[in-house]
Amino acid sequence: MARYIRHAACFCALLLIALLVNATRVQVFEARAHDENPANRRENIARYGLRRGDILVDGRPVTGSRDTGEQLRYERTYADGPLFAPVTGFASQEYGTTLLEHTEDGVLSGSDPLLTPFPLWNDFTRRRNPGGDVVTTIDGAAQQAAFEGLAGRKGAVAAVEPTTGRILALVSSPSYDPGVLSGNDPGVARSWARLNADRDKPMLNRAVRQTYPPGSTFKVVTAAAALDAGVVSDVDAPTDSPAPYTLPGTRTSLTNESDGCEDLSLREAFRWSCNTVFAKLGVDVGVGDMTATAHAFGFNDYSLRIPFSVARSTFDPTVDRAQLALSSIGQYNTRATPLQMAMVSAAVANGGQIRTPYLVERTTTAGGSTVATTGPRPARQAMYPSTAAQLKELMTQVVTEGTGTNAAIPGAVVGGKTGTAQHGIGNAGTPYAWFVSWAQGDRDVEPKVAVAVVVEDAAADRGDITGGGVAAPIARAVMEAVLNSKE
Amino acid sequence: MTKAGTTVAPADTPASAVRLPRRRGIELALIVLAVLLSVYGYCAVGLARHGTVPPGAAGYGAGLGVLALLAHLAVRLRAPDADPLLLPIGVLLNGLGLVLIYRLDLETPGDRAAPTQLVWSTVGVALFIVVVLALRDHRVLQRYAYVCVAAALVLLTLPILFPSVNGARIWIRIAGFSIQPGEFAKVLLAVFFAAYLAANRNALAFAGRRLWGLQLPTGRVLGPLLAIWLISVGVLVLERDLGTSLLFFGLFVVLLYVATGLTGWIALGLLLAAVGAFAVGWLEPHVHSRVEDWLHPFASIEAGLGPNQLAQSLFSFAAGGVLGTGLGLGHSVLIGFAAKSDFILATAGEELGLAGLSAIFLLYGLLVERGYRAGLALRDPFGRLLATGLASIVALQVFVIAGGVGGLIPLTGMAMPFLAQGGSSVVTNWAIVALLIRVSDSARGQYDGTEAP
Repeated sequence: MARYIRHAACFCALLLIALLVNATRVQVFEARAHDENPANRRENIARYGLRRGDILVDGRPVTGSRDTGEQLRYERTYADGPLFAPVTGFASQEYGTTLLEHTEDGVLSGSDPLLTPFPLWNDFTRRRNPGGDVVTTIDGAAQQAAFEGLAGRKGAVAAVEPTTGRILALVSSPSYDPGVLSGNDPGVARSWARLNADRDKPMLNRAVRQTYPPGSTFKVVTAAAALDAGVVSDVDAPTDSPAPYTLPGTRTSLTNESDGCEDLSLREAFRWSCNTVFAKLGVDVGVGDMTATAHAFGFNDYSLRIPFSVARSTFDPTVDRAQLALSSIGQYNTRATPLQMAMVSAAVANGGQIRTPYLVERTTTAGGSTVATTGPRPARQAMYPSTAAQLKELMTQVVTEGTGTNAAIPGAVVGGKTGTAQHGIGNAGTPYAWFVSWAQGDRDVEPKVAVAVVVEDAAADRGDITGGGVAAPIARAVMEAVLNSKE
Repeated sequence: MTKAGTTVAPADTPASAVRLPRRRGIELALIVLAVLLSVYGYCAVGLARHGTVPPGAAGYGAGLGVLALLAHLAVRLRAPDADPLLLPIGVLLNGLGLVLIYRLDLETPGDRAAPTQLVWSTVGVALFIVVVLALRDHRVLQRYAYVCVAAALVLLTLPILFPSVNGARIWIRIAGFSIQPGEFAKVLLAVFFAAYLAANRNALAFAGRRLWGLQLPTGRVLGPLLAIWLISVGVLVLERDLGTSLLFFGLFVVLLYVATGLTGWIALGLLLAAVGAFAVGWLEPHVHSRVEDWLHPFASIEAGLGPNQLAQSLFSFAAGGVLGTGLGLGHSVLIGFAAKSDFILATAGEELGLAGLSAIFLLYGLLVERGYRAGLALRDPFGRLLATGLASIVALQVFVIAGGVGGLIPLTGMAMPFLAQGGSSVVTNWAIVALLIRVSDSARGQYDGTEAP
């Protein structure tokens, strides 16, 4: 009988081996597939089981985490939600993530492999790293100034540091509190529905995701193209431009807001924002050179990431001469994001060089040691340095004695350009008020800030809407904030 | 090991001959280790979840320790030659089970199972002590073979009178307690099979006609055995207790083979099993869905219904990986209502990892191996068959449930010995360990040390 008992024991040993092999199969070889199965809630539980890293402005977190004690444990909180929403975006358990919360999710949630000191060991132990922090380039005071300047009116502000491309302010108005989308309770669904149904589109990031006709602020680009192409060699020489100007090949005549634009020099035409002069200049430069210059400033570029994507600003290269005339004064198909126009202004301030804008200074581990830094990317020449110097002078005159006097800051050199953009069918919409500018404090060796402001301001009386009246004061407040905080 | 069964050894070795070392001290040391490991598990859960040692840890530890020590004293008193590994393994598995259930209780504040399980463990250890103290010689049980089988049949049929729970009609409820009589029945049936086969094995092996090279026993000998077995399995199928019917079937085939040594029985058994499994799987929707789940564990996910229990169980095992998430840090509670009972192993797999799970499997393997070893060392056929049967019950049960929750074989609801929530199961397993202690005491006490058991 002993023999048969041994056989039975061997059978049991086989069963034991089968169990061990099966456990190894499930726990080692199939583990990854099971872990990644979308129906497996563990990834979500682990993701929300740790305090999410923070987004920092001026070294202080503008985000936070709240321990709910639920299965999805931590919910996102925002210290000053509406103010920083165009930077942070939201991080919702229910609706995913947007903007920096989205592009930096790996660091914030702790899943980024860069946070791991010993990658293979972590693979083995399945330990999750604590979420790291994201240090932004935002200047809190400038952000605050822009937000208060817009005061709830529809519009946006973008400010960059010309020499580096660091984004100092990114404001969209009206805004919303991303905190109301954080959790997964019924209130979150209600907030989501309400925000999406809102006609003012508070979740739209107007600073980078909305394009507007740039109107007269685009004349900076047209002037740069004319100077670079040699169409204008002396800014003080009279141009050959009639007023009103009949668009080539049509009987439509283009007029100006102010009188006396006929044959004005580039300097005077820029100061008084003469449509006729710039429309003809654009036609004289030609669609090829105009497109090339616009492209050099960043128009028609799909690829801009700051690190979240920026809507493409457009300058239509397939226009006829009449359309080119309109395009050259920032109308027709010419459209730009506020960030793009801040880049145009920054290029002038920075000697013709464009630095690609960026929003993330560096990312750190939870302990504060740096994981990655962004830093300025290589500069791109948008125009000759001599052209930039001349444009700088022109823009400065706009502020000292032109349409942009509202932007003047005592003790600082400020250059600017106003814009009032027509839009809507038959230009029936309330025009957009634009202002692009840059500023250099008297003790600074180079311009510290370039800013673009757009105010949709549907409530104002149409006649009052000019970039100088509505947008310039906001730009000044932002520039002052930067100049003061940098001392 | 030499052929203890075929070698003709002196029928009665004098008791004064050199015995195997008794090793009661080792048993005590291992018990202390097992209790300490359990208490450590409690502390680990508490520290992981709340950052503090749970207030009940000392109480649980003391309770488990006192129970284990009383059992140890009983062994010292009445079974001094018993295998020193059996009791510590029982204590460790039971303690680990309590830790896992306590850990899952934290996720279900409205349903605390650990205190009840501790009460049942106490009852189980008490039964262990009673068996060790009262049963001087296992051969006595041979006399009660027919009492055992009658009791087993009554216990098996009893739940038919009670309402079904979660698709299976295997519980009876008395005064708030649920009892699963099928658990007790398996020990009783093992006793009966062992006694009957021991008495009739020659008739089974050598009598009767030959058919296609297969030695058929006479109907007079085989008839009662087949009848009882068919009744038990039939009743279980009616009650939809597939795990236990599979267990009885396996137990029957193993014991028949060990008693007669006829490979033909195995072949016939497997054939019958295949036919039976196919018929049940085809005709019975409850079983049919289990087989479907086994073949396609993620079908419900693809159908948009979310993961079923088996898928959640596989997710749990996978989440544990090699080293596990650590006690208290897994999410096996996602499995749902059976997490503390049928699927307790998934919690072990997730929180202790492949390492811990393998350790648990090896503990069971050791327990089974010690049972077989006792069987090998014994002389009397009844004792041999009893030890083999009891060890096989543990082995088959572990395989059926662990293979089920791990996706190796179709899932059948069964309790993991000692680990799973379930009073009847804990009590039964303590009874099994008690009987193994008793037979191993006889086995190790009867040799003179010149021939290793």
